[in-house]
Amino acid sequence: MASASVFFRQQARIRPLEIAFWLATLLPFVLTPSYLSLASQIAITALFALSLDLILGYAGIVSLGHAAYFGCGAYAAGLLSKHYIGEPLTGLVVAGVAAGLLGYATSHVIVRFRHLALIMLTLGFGLLLAEAANSAHDLTGGADGLQGVRISPLLGFKFDLYGRTAYAYSLAVLFLVFLVARRVIHSPFGLALRGIRENALRMPAIGAPSLAHLRKVYTIAAVMAGMAGALLTQTTSTVSLEVLSFGRSADVLVILILGGAGRLYGGIVGAIIYMVARDQVSGMNPQYWYFWIGLLLVAVVMFLPNGILGGLSALHKKPQ
Amino acid sequence: MFASAAGVLFDGFAFGMLLFLLSVGLSVTLGMMNFVNLAHCSFAMVGGYVTVSLVNRFGWPFLATLPAAFLAAGLVSIVLERTLYRRLYRASDLDQCLFTIGIVFISVAAYAWFYGTVVQSTPMPGYLKGSVHAFGMSFAAYRVFLVVMGLAVGALLIFLLETTRFGAQVRAAVDNQRMARGLGIDVDRAFMITFALGGGLAGLGGALAIEIVGLDHAFALNYLVYVLIVVAVGGLGSIGGSFAAAVVLGISDMAGKYYFPWLGAFLIYLVMVALLIWKPAGLFGKR
Repeated sequence: MASASVFFRQQARIRPLEIAFWLATLLPFVLTPSYLSLASQIAITALFALSLDLILGYAGIVSLGHAAYFGCGAYAAGLLSKHYIGEPLTGLVVAGVAAGLLGYATSHVIVRFRHLALIMLTLGFGLLLAEAANSAHDLTGGADGLQGVRISPLLGFKFDLYGRTAYAYSLAVLFLVFLVARRVIHSPFGLALRGIRENALRMPAIGAPSLAHLRKVYTIAAVMAGMAGALLTQTTSTVSLEVLSFGRSADVLVILILGGAGRLYGGIVGAIIYMVARDQVSGMNPQYWYFWIGLLLVAVVMFLPNGILGGLSALHKKPQ
Repeated sequence: MFASAAGVLFDGFAFGMLLFLLSVGLSVTLGMMNFVNLAHCSFAMVGGYVTVSLVNRFGWPFLATLPAAFLAAGLVSIVLERTLYRRLYRASDLDQCLFTIGIVFISVAAYAWFYGTVVQSTPMPGYLKGSVHAFGMSFAAYRVFLVVMGLAVGALLIFLLETTRFGAQVRAAVDNQRMARGLGIDVDRAFMITFALGGGLAGLGGALAIEIVGLDHAFALNYLVYVLIVVAVGGLGSIGGSFAAAVVLGISDMAGKYYFPWLGAFLIYLVMVALLIWKPAGLFGKR
């Protein structure tokens, strides 16, 4: 038993590089104050990618429809602020709960499938929800987007034009959720998830409640995605149908794969690179932007199967 | 009311034939190699744009461009299969998915670059315009043509698969790839030919789709979902299953658009999710 707890403690040890990384996330406040809105977008995308990492990178559930939970959270936060209260923290919790309920409900179906059926089902759920939001024009505003989202100040700080509050808020939520995700991953539960990813037949054979584990992590990931959606609503004061689109599901997958799945930081690194690159070429027609994304995907699959972080750690290990 | 219902049925059936042509190749190759090729509709776009170019720029007659569309798409799929795809047969689902989505993105951007983002159309020859009168109703001539093409291709494929030596090899490889290899069947070669044939049929479907749904640069993404639904619902590697699924999907899509336009594509997705939950291997799938 002692060796097991030693193993988990070693796994969960906080490395100096991690502390340096999180300190560096504060740099935009002083170095690039005019880009704080972008920085908050990056933090939100990173949170979304982190949530996908939990199910894809650790539990091996391939999802082409993860935007369903992001969009669910975004609309939940938007509707709450429109009809009831605009207090952001309440909205964040409500959005997380709403997306979590949706995730828990769908998880019963999702976890029983693998391969093509799984890909099709996640895609199908995502498209279904997007169509439903489009059809429910009275509730969601349909293609015009949700009008009248009003967010009150966060603990007395107004959401200003420069995105100072937005970035501080998004970063704080990202950091706290990251700590939770890190704790989950380095627990026996997280280890069981990796076991299921590596061999879905052996885990039940040695007595692990495989499906229950998968349902649990899927729900956790849905809550996180919903919170990311709520952050987007609250920092931009708008909700559009785009939050539920297939494009958003595909983007977050690209971001995670680019950074490296199953490494916690992969989604964050991927989000930084992807969002900064897209901001740099924002003048470019989106069609041509997707040309480069496509090329990148092909290249990553062919030459860099574990993403940027995987490539870096391989380089780091080689000389020894 | 009866006439309109029959009209919807017929239009849906014609649309189903189109979906059948677009997806049958993917169904067979997926059944054989378990390769999730999300870029299948990019091959359809090759055929579509070949037809558009040949008719509009070089003045070919429409019917003569159809074999060209088939050949061009088949050729492109052979080249891609030999150079890129074959490296990924043993990769995970996720890698295959990502790789082929990458191909879709590249092809969408490439077509937008060369042809712009407008919806392309080609003038139809006189005998495919207008309508045909039979049983006291009138049918659009082009849709009749589409139905005839779909049925002919379906019959030809079933003949090829059920009676020829090559067909027997393909069926063996779909049922049990390792066993087929053990018996000395050259599965790689059979797969290459099937892949090219499937790509070519998709190209033909893309060319035929121009008149019905139009052709633009986003075709590969917009019709991907339809094709995947046909494959997933019909069951992998089953021509009959693809045919049935395509007809059901075509008719329900048409009926949905006529009778419940406010639902949009909601109905289709709902049917797909329900069918998958009920029968994950598809209606006619063995696995």
